[in-house]
Amino acid sequence: MLAKRIIPCLDIKNGQTVKGINFEGLREVGDPVEMGAKYAAEGADELVYLDISASFEGRKTFTELVTKISERIDIPFTVGGGISTYEDGARLLDAGADKISINTAAVNNPGLITELAEKYGSQFVVVAIDARLHDGTQPSGETDGIWHITTHGGKHSTEKELFSWAREAQERGAGEILFTSMNHDGMKSGYPCETFAKLDEFLQIPIIASGGAGNVDHIADVLTKGKADAALAASIFHFGEIRIPDLKEELVNRGITVRI
Amino acid sequence: MIAIVDYDTGNLRSVENALKKLGQDYVVTSDPEIIRSADHVLLPGVGEASSAMDNLRSRGLDKVIPTLTQPVLGICIGIQVLCQCSEEGNATCLGVFDSKVRKFQPEEEKIKIPEMGWNTIESLDSPLFKGIKEGDFVYYVHSFAPSLPQSGDTRVIAKTTYGSQTFAAALNRGNFYGTQFHPEKSGPVGSRILKNFLEI
Repeated sequence: MLAKRIIPCLDIKNGQTVKGINFEGLREVGDPVEMGAKYAAEGADELVYLDISASFEGRKTFTELVTKISERIDIPFTVGGGISTYEDGARLLDAGADKISINTAAVNNPGLITELAEKYGSQFVVVAIDARLHDGTQPSGETDGIWHITTHGGKHSTEKELFSWAREAQERGAGEILFTSMNHDGMKSGYPCETFAKLDEFLQIPIIASGGAGNVDHIADVLTKGKADAALAASIFHFGEIRIPDLKEELVNRGITVRI
Repeated sequence: MIAIVDYDTGNLRSVENALKKLGQDYVVTSDPEIIRSADHVLLPGVGEASSAMDNLRSRGLDKVIPTLTQPVLGICIGIQVLCQCSEEGNATCLGVFDSKVRKFQPEEEKIKIPEMGWNTIESLDSPLFKGIKEGDFVYYVHSFAPSLPQSGDTRVIAKTTYGSQTFAAALNRGNFYGTQFHPEKSGPVGSRILKNFLEI
């Protein structure tokens, strides 16, 4: 039986792992290759590395880092952050990445998904979606119930809506959807499981749940009620709040299939 | 020496890295002479079956590979091109394995297509799986899979079930081996399988 996947996410700035709260207030937490190797040894099913460097130098450092990661890690890993062209994707593939995650660039230029998927296969292309549920600034004070797609790490709001955009990404050849609720990210209060379950009904491709895990229950919930195929988290792993072997044991105890 | 066959099917880097970790020398090549003289041949790749077959033909490798006599291991698209045919792009394949590559069918209890992630291997029956336990997990990324052969001398040496569909996770016929999963991405289990292959 196919296992649900547990995926630690490492945000990288200028070659170091950092983790922020709501994409701000960064803290350095360690060497990316060593952390990745440690997570892999502990039973992580995949790794995600996101480059949050804004500079050209930072990008270059990141590409070199991807080569080092691929030489060391023997489980699949995805890289993302700052991929805006087909050439960026090709460069990271050559450096040894198994998958790339595209976000803002895909929203601005959906053809990029098609281009990358046609050349390298759907399995190479993860479309990351950051969305925010309208938070009650309607004149009525109610939410409009629409998940608005945001870009640039949640800073910009767009007219695109979660479900139609996720479907479009799938039809253009995305191999997976990595969905982060900007309402929940960094809050450690759990994932929006109903939205994940609805997204699962809507799509044929696997869904990775991101942003919001604070404890084992949250992860168990998004994998069962939320029907997500994988759960991605950062700080709970980086700060040792939950160890991956303990998490997996807990998930097994709850009848969830994971790789032990 | 190990030959990794280069036929323009995606990223070979992970296979190279896996061999490096095992301390093995290898050459990435599409040269028939080098391939024929290698001790072991790896046929890796991700991609689409009919274009993978086109790539083999344009390099003349469709004639070379089936005649090889040293141990050959096809991985992912590599096992598929060793089968008779594939539903993907209606490809006629090399016909080494008596198996047809079929697309996963949608099921009542929804399964995601592609199958992406870690699944178990069962009914292990080959030196390829020395030291590997029934139910160990390996990494898959695929929408198509080799069917279980009905007869002939192609042996199913591992099975996997996705949803309710059981397929050949690994096949063997003579010196030819194939895995639908990616040993090069399957952690210590995959590394052991590659090591086992190199000891055949």
